[in-house]
Amino acid sequence: MPIGHVAPQLALALGAALVLVLVLFVGRSRQWLGAAVALVALAAAGYATVRLALEVPSQLTFHGTWALDGVTAWATGVIVAATAFVVVLSPRWLARDARHGEWYAVLLFSALGATMLAGAADTLELVVGMLLVSVTGYTLASYHRASRMSAEAGAKYFLLGALTNPLLFLGVVFLYGLAATTTYGGMAAALTEHADPVVLTAATTLVLVGVGFELGAVPVHPWVPDVAQGSPGPAAAFLTVVPKIGALVALARFVQLLPEDEVGWRPLIAGVAALTMTLGNLAALWQEDVRRLLGWSSVSQAGYGLMAIVALGRTELAVPSLVLFLVAYAIANVAAFGVVVALRGRTRREDYRGLARSRPLHAAALVLALLSLIGIPPLVGFTAKLALFGAVIDAGYAWLAVLAVVNTVLSVFYYLRVIAPMIFEAPAGRVALLGPAPSAVAVLAGFLTVAAGLAADLVIQGSLGASLLP
Amino acid sequence: MLLTTAILVPLVGALVLALAPRVPERLVRALGVAIAAVPLAALVAAWSRFDTEGELFQLVTEVPWIPALGAAYRVGVDGIALAVATMSALLFVAALAHPTDLRGKAQKYVAWMLFLEGVCLGFFLTLDLLLFYVFFDLSLVGMYFLIGQWGHADRERAALKFLLFTLAGSLVLLLGVLSLALAMDPISFDMRALIATQPLAGAGTRAGLTLLALMFGLAVKTPLVPVHTWLPAAHVEAPAPVSAILAGVLLKMGTYGMIRVALSMLGDTLRTYALTLGVVAVASIVYGAFVALGQRHIKRRIAYTSITHMGYTVLGIAIAASLAPGQEEARRIALTGATLEMIAHGLITGSLFLLTGSLYLRSESFSMDDYGGVAKRAPRMTVAFVAAAFASLGLPGFAGFVAEIQIFSGAVAIEPGLAVAALLGVLITAALFLQLLHALFFGEPGERSSRVTDLGPAETATLGVLLILTVVLGVTPAFVIDVIDAASRVLVGAG
Repeated sequence: MPIGHVAPQLALALGAALVLVLVLFVGRSRQWLGAAVALVALAAAGYATVRLALEVPSQLTFHGTWALDGVTAWATGVIVAATAFVVVLSPRWLARDARHGEWYAVLLFSALGATMLAGAADTLELVVGMLLVSVTGYTLASYHRASRMSAEAGAKYFLLGALTNPLLFLGVVFLYGLAATTTYGGMAAALTEHADPVVLTAATTLVLVGVGFELGAVPVHPWVPDVAQGSPGPAAAFLTVVPKIGALVALARFVQLLPEDEVGWRPLIAGVAALTMTLGNLAALWQEDVRRLLGWSSVSQAGYGLMAIVALGRTELAVPSLVLFLVAYAIANVAAFGVVVALRGRTRREDYRGLARSRPLHAAALVLALLSLIGIPPLVGFTAKLALFGAVIDAGYAWLAVLAVVNTVLSVFYYLRVIAPMIFEAPAGRVALLGPAPSAVAVLAGFLTVAAGLAADLVIQGSLGASLLP
Repeated sequence: MLLTTAILVPLVGALVLALAPRVPERLVRALGVAIAAVPLAALVAAWSRFDTEGELFQLVTEVPWIPALGAAYRVGVDGIALAVATMSALLFVAALAHPTDLRGKAQKYVAWMLFLEGVCLGFFLTLDLLLFYVFFDLSLVGMYFLIGQWGHADRERAALKFLLFTLAGSLVLLLGVLSLALAMDPISFDMRALIATQPLAGAGTRAGLTLLALMFGLAVKTPLVPVHTWLPAAHVEAPAPVSAILAGVLLKMGTYGMIRVALSMLGDTLRTYALTLGVVAVASIVYGAFVALGQRHIKRRIAYTSITHMGYTVLGIAIAASLAPGQEEARRIALTGATLEMIAHGLITGSLFLLTGSLYLRSESFSMDDYGGVAKRAPRMTVAFVAAAFASLGLPGFAGFVAEIQIFSGAVAIEPGLAVAALLGVLITAALFLQLLHALFFGEPGERSSRVTDLGPAETATLGVLLILTVVLGVTPAFVIDVIDAASRVLVGAG
């Protein structure tokens, strides 16, 4: 078990520790140095991820507790990249915060937890990853202690987490009782041979709820809109993206263990997907607050992502559709929240009037991000939806594709409620910016939706044969 | 290369204009016409290279795009695609050259129009089903922004309604497209392979559902009754040249898709439902005509006649698809007529909408009741309007007549009942256009008649070209019919 197999995770952990030490010794005005250290750690983690993906064959490593495979590599890459964007968004936003420097340590720990979720091939590993993501998430959401909204967002997030984390543990305990092992490799064999279907179904449901919490899936989604609206801007960008990626991959990996004849996990997840996308869209329809609207939209997007899991094992499109979804969703959501942050967190819908004239680049980035979330070609969101629809049709779940289409049409309505005033109406006044760096990354992310859409073949080719262990 | 030029030049032109520093309005409009003319020239050149005795698809280019999904950049034309694309390119040049009020945002307007031209031509010229969908979807986005920014008073609502309806149609179309492509082994979006393989022939329910998804998506865009309700609002609010493009080019995407995908790739399944399609088409013809008769808003009236005319086209397609042993000749004639109707409707209704734009530019009203006796004040406008109206109601000597006579001959041979019912539409269309002409140009002058001046040189030129071509096609249609027939023969299996 070469230690190099977790080099990306080590880079993140060391980076976080380094940030913590550093910010103890530098003054209030130099706390942004934490961001620089974090970026170096993320660059190292990204480099290690690429090296591992290219050089080390897929395998279960560390005595079968850690899955080193194509999907882990993609998820880690996306998590690292998204975190790097959020780090750049942060310094100006938190400049006057007394604990500015520690922010970057918490971000790195949270990213570490998300990669652990993605790579976990052992139920205990899964629990540790989930706890790490949750605890750091609460901190990020309520970082503005003085703000009532931020505190409320953190409290809601924490309460739901406090409810669902024990459910996950309970599910894991059930699974241990059934299989007498915690590793996925051992569990897959044990569960097919002799498992009480009732207990197994209960355990599956508990794990689904526990992991669904960070995914923002129904019925444990209510924290998402509050966090999107109330937490610090960069935290909203981070928390609606990074934990979801880890949770979605964790769920995909877990369901493969289940004997399909005993546990109807496919219809179960299809049902959750259907409810999640529909509820998210319906709730987003009449929102007047752009951040809250984006929060609900990210709930519905999680529903689309679950479609990939429904198709797992039935079509070779399933894994590419999962990876494409992760890439597309991360880019578009980081871009959308990035624009909000770059505009100093302005969030009332009417404040976006005429943005195309007052801030054309920001408006273009936001429009591209929203169109990508709808799935307009040639943006990357289109390729993701194409692959997802194709996967579920091929897997015999055409009804889910039809429902996703209905939902997409529904979503056009609220995305256009943001887009139309930006382009068709006159500016309402001067639009202040947070600074050059947040604007630059937000616009970059917006245009990445085009670049990644045109280069979708690279993602599909790179993930078509990608393994999802065990 | 010719076809790729036709697609890429306007798209690149749009991008350059969008990013370029501010250019004076006169220059940017001239530039727009010049760029839009490049695809027209390319397509005319393609026309000269097209061999009516050759293979179905010619001038084919293929570049890999997403090999893992069997999608590639594939372009090529058969006679139907070539004819419809050339008409579209011409209409874009005319629409850009026709004067209209751009509210000081000429550069953005021209950029959006060129973008729309590129994606529309891409739609007609592609041989890849995924790209076909991509262009279909992008045309909606382009149209949304054009209506939303340069439309009349209620433009935002009309634009939203347009996008919601047509995007709903297009997403359902995507499901049908995916179902077709997934039926290939391995998955492929290559239209030539799909036509050769007919992957869902005899696939029962799945084939039926796939056809339903495809036809729903295409019917929204055509539009057929009862999914037409977005059309009047969009036409009323859109600026006149955009209305001309909407009627002349975008509606054709629906019927062209029916020929290219439903008829060519699911012919067997469509045959089962041909009569149903024919009945829906006749319902659209009659309904459109009756509702148009009741409108006093000029653009709304013309918009509803579009539903009638697109109904003729769909009737032709339904006849071409029908199960009629030994009637290949009648089916071929119906399909050729349907294609010719698309071209005739593009030219004629395009002219009519451009004329309403000229009228509005002078007197700012679309109400029939505000006019009267305009013939004395504006003789050139009167001649153009009368010619376009007579062409639209199907007078011999104009292109519409040639198209409709073919559709009706095919229908009489195979489904005489439908032909008789559709004749009702022809009668009412004649009445509604005569009434419109009378209200605008003859009789007592109305409140706004005094503000109407005659057509300027640019308007005379654009309308002159479109209407002369309508007459040419009405008098000597053989040069177009030969090209279309080359494809129709193959598609109905008449050798």
